[in-house]
Amino acid sequence: MRSIAAFVLALLLGGQAMAEGSSLPALSDPATLKECGACHMAFQPQLLPMRSWRAIMAHLGNHFGEDASLPEAVRGAVEHYLVGHAADAPGTAGGRRYVRGIAANAVPLRITDTPFWRNAHGEVSEASFASSGVKSRSNCVACHRSAASGQYGEVE
Amino acid sequence: MTRGFLLALLILLAAAPVRANPARDAILAAFATQAKRDDPAFAGFSADRGKALWQANHSGGKPETPSCATCHTKDPTAAGQTRAGKTIAPMAVSMTPDRFTDPEKVAKWFARNCNNVLGRACSAAEKGDIITYLSGQ
Repeated sequence: MRSIAAFVLALLLGGQAMAEGSSLPALSDPATLKECGACHMAFQPQLLPMRSWRAIMAHLGNHFGEDASLPEAVRGAVEHYLVGHAADAPGTAGGRRYVRGIAANAVPLRITDTPFWRNAHGEVSEASFASSGVKSRSNCVACHRSAASGQYGEVE
Repeated sequence: MTRGFLLALLILLAAAPVRANPARDAILAAFATQAKRDDPAFAGFSADRGKALWQANHSGGKPETPSCATCHTKDPTAAGQTRAGKTIAPMAVSMTPDRFTDPEKVAKWFARNCNNVLGRACSAAEKGDIITYLSGQ
């Protein structure tokens, strides 16, 4: 009986998570779209706090194992946009859910390291992430087809 | 007469090994000037040297990217894939005709990728060899 109740509860919670998804404003800054988007989807800045974007943009010479250096004027402009639209930037509405659970002294460099992302992807298997159609946890669009426009609906 | 001329033109075009483009020619000319400055014995770019550089595994760069082929594949006419999973349009000029026609883009990606793969900057001769190789693909 208790297990049935637990099962129903899990179904209900699962249904709630499914209805949640995430909707973010589409990234519109041309320089950010061009430069970040050359190698991966240009991730919405709302997914990390300001301190993370500053740290990422300060070390482009070794960007997750790759040299992603930019001319200083472009680098500065992209950082300005990302920091200005970060989860905890003054003008960002509804950004708190993306940084909840991050320790005050932690500077996550990967969106996939945030508690928000981990909670949302807890049911996805390692094999799914490693499959040829996905290849990397950073390949949002492999599963969330409209991720580039900010729409992260629950994947069936 | 006209038909013969067209035929000759077609044969000429088909035989041209390297696809000409004024912007790409200017980029190559600048690399050639620099290569001559670096080494007075420089005698022109080589598609074969470019191919060898492209296909080889190198050890001086970042461990994730030992070769150009790591991301671009060994076949330059095929699409590649970034480590983050994004598709890279083929580097072969026959497949992507605007390759190597934007000097800033050429400078940016050689700077990054020579560091990634070789752990150093490429010489002007190496850059010219690579472009010459890919222009003939």
